[in-house]
Amino acid sequence: MVSTQQRNKIHPHKFTLWIAIGSIIMMFAGLTSAYIVKSGQAGWHEVKTPMLFWYSTALLLTSSITIQAALRSFKHRSMATFRALLLATLVLGLAFVVIQYKGFLWLWDRGVHFEGSSGAGQFLYIIFGLHALHVLGGLVALVSLFIRQYIGRFRSYNVTPIEIMSTYWHFVDVLWIYLFVFFIWIG
Amino acid sequence: MNNESQSHVQEGAVTHDVHHNGNGHDGHHHHKETFITKYIFSQDHKTIAKQFLITGMIWAIIGALFSVLFRLQLGFPDESFPILETFFGKWAKGGRIAPEFYYALITMHGTILVFFVLTAGLSGTFANLLIPLQVGARDMASPFMNMLSYWFFFLASVVMMSSLFVSTGPASGGWTMYPPLSALGQANLGSRIGTDLWITSMALFVVSSLLGGLNYVATILNMRTKGMSMTRMPLTIWGLFFTAILGILSFPVLLSGFILLLFDRNLGTSFYLSDIYTAGQALPNEGGSPILYQHLFWFLGHPEVYIIILPAMGMVSEIMSVNSRKPIFGYMAMVGSLFAICVLAFLVWAHHMFVSGMNPFMGSVFVLLTLLIAIPSAIKVFNWITTIWRGNIRFTPAMLFSIGFVSLFISGGLTGIWLGNSTIDIHVHDTYFVIAHFHIVMGVSAFFGMFAGVYHWFPKMFGRYLNNTLGYIHFWVTLAGAYLIFWPMHYMGLAGVPRRYLDFSIWKSFNQFNSLNQMISVVTIIVFAVNLMFVFNFFYSMFKGRKLRTQNPWNSASLEWTTPIHPGHGNWAGEIPEVHRWPYDYGKDGRDFIPQTEPIGANESKH
Repeated sequence: MVSTQQRNKIHPHKFTLWIAIGSIIMMFAGLTSAYIVKSGQAGWHEVKTPMLFWYSTALLLTSSITIQAALRSFKHRSMATFRALLLATLVLGLAFVVIQYKGFLWLWDRGVHFEGSSGAGQFLYIIFGLHALHVLGGLVALVSLFIRQYIGRFRSYNVTPIEIMSTYWHFVDVLWIYLFVFFIWIG
Repeated sequence: MNNESQSHVQEGAVTHDVHHNGNGHDGHHHHKETFITKYIFSQDHKTIAKQFLITGMIWAIIGALFSVLFRLQLGFPDESFPILETFFGKWAKGGRIAPEFYYALITMHGTILVFFVLTAGLSGTFANLLIPLQVGARDMASPFMNMLSYWFFFLASVVMMSSLFVSTGPASGGWTMYPPLSALGQANLGSRIGTDLWITSMALFVVSSLLGGLNYVATILNMRTKGMSMTRMPLTIWGLFFTAILGILSFPVLLSGFILLLFDRNLGTSFYLSDIYTAGQALPNEGGSPILYQHLFWFLGHPEVYIIILPAMGMVSEIMSVNSRKPIFGYMAMVGSLFAICVLAFLVWAHHMFVSGMNPFMGSVFVLLTLLIAIPSAIKVFNWITTIWRGNIRFTPAMLFSIGFVSLFISGGLTGIWLGNSTIDIHVHDTYFVIAHFHIVMGVSAFFGMFAGVYHWFPKMFGRYLNNTLGYIHFWVTLAGAYLIFWPMHYMGLAGVPRRYLDFSIWKSFNQFNSLNQMISVVTIIVFAVNLMFVFNFFYSMFKGRKLRTQNPWNSASLEWTTPIHPGHGNWAGEIPEVHRWPYDYGKDGRDFIPQTEPIGANESKH
């Protein structure tokens, strides 16, 4: 009875990623609940959301599609398409981080600084900044995955690393949408 | 790796190979092992466990030494001790501890013992050692991440250690690091670079325990051997499992709290700061709330005490059953109560904040939830007692420490019921009563669980026994000492003696405790000496202890004792054994014990 159950188990690395996602969610849950508590208190300043964040949202959503397509082409062994889509995801992710940075600069130029009284801006820099760090981490993984397509003595058709990559990428996408909607709605 | 460094490493392997094993290497992993890959950057869970244990022991000596040294001053406030100047230099001029440095000492004592010893040293050691061995896996789900987990801990240790030597002193805002004291460099010498190092170190520590925790959960859920269903796992594994879950869900929240604190300290944000005047000058910070930090901190801080105690509970359950030659009483109740504690751990954090000015109605909700923890705790105590009840008890040092654990857990748990009530807590808050409570219930008793584990699994770790006589001396002196040190503190706390004060001599009403204070200090020194003796026993027995001759020295039914005496990387020489029963078949059908690997017989009775 147990022996059949053994074989159907999820790959341990994939499972580890899911727990890690839970852990990351707790971190952002801590920060967004801090935001909610603080926004009800005196001395709170609202900020205007830069248009740029809408563009970055579009980019990240597109990159989710490209990585899903990349996974699909990998499963179909069309490696050239796979590599192209992986590269597209990489470029889109990089563009996302750059636009986030531009968004921060836009806010900074409009007087939203770290110093002084508290407000949504200070939270925005930290929460979006931490999210961008998680995207950057994903980019590092993407780069190493990309490089591994070209080096090594034999080619691996193991789908697990690609699946883990795409799950993480979808996660940072969904996380971003949650954070963005949170800021527009609550903020 | 090029040839030159390869040969250098090989040389190292010859000179440093301390317990070379002839029969241990299994046939599955043929990769070449050098000294570096075997003992330093090892991915073998057993080696990583030893690394955690020994690093934890070094920290324990430092952390305990701090308490001995400040106890000297607390017990004898009028005396000066040249040894204090030897250790602390300018912080103890003329052999008397400077008051601001006393804060640094208690801060580091708390941080070191709570995080570096009882979190990393305890679950780092035993989760790594026991999870693969007891669930029947060759290693962790990701041995590489497991290795990273240790090295992040090592890095955190280096940063924390270096903070002890900076010229403005280590962090001194208390182990809870409440702002505004910890957020403003001008508030306190220790709140300068010392606190930045403290936060950096703790951030690395969080990364370490997350990497570890992810691995523990993934291994337990995914890597169990054939037949090892969840309800056939030893309670050790259940304890470590819930510990890992608690850590995974609560440490990230602490990290977000620390990130905000770091911004407040260095970039001028106002998450925790508002309306502050220092030296007649108003700070620009506005709208921040220090209570926010307390919420974020205690959302980890309370689960943290269960992170400390659950591994000890698991190990004690296992050791008590093995050494009573009886099945554990109420296995499912034990698992259920661990689960209940794990859930409640997230719902009680604000009981640390009854005097922070929170809404009294909220306080009463947290009182109720806090007192609910008494139920699973009582179930566990009842089951431990009924497990040894009429058992065939073997009083090994591990068993004694387990019994000592239960005794301390009861004594400390009862005062938890007092403190969980906000009406009493408001009175004794920040007094020695609180000190006594948490030192007994999570400090000393977690240490007892850890000692029990070390005595019990030392043969598995090193293929030798610890010296028994030294073990008995260690147990009795530490048990008597723990009660002598912390029991009187309850009375001091009820009389209102506040914690974190260096000198009470001008506070006449507390002078009645002078001789009690002296007694506590003297006992502290004795207990510290006896525990140094344990450290001696540990390292001596590692090389010279009595050799293990049989695979299964305690006649235990669980899986770790089916491995060779010196298991290689991969644990079992051949196939991983299949499991057919739970790990507590002791004294069944006239047999002393039946190993988990034995199939159920035709005429076997049900348990």
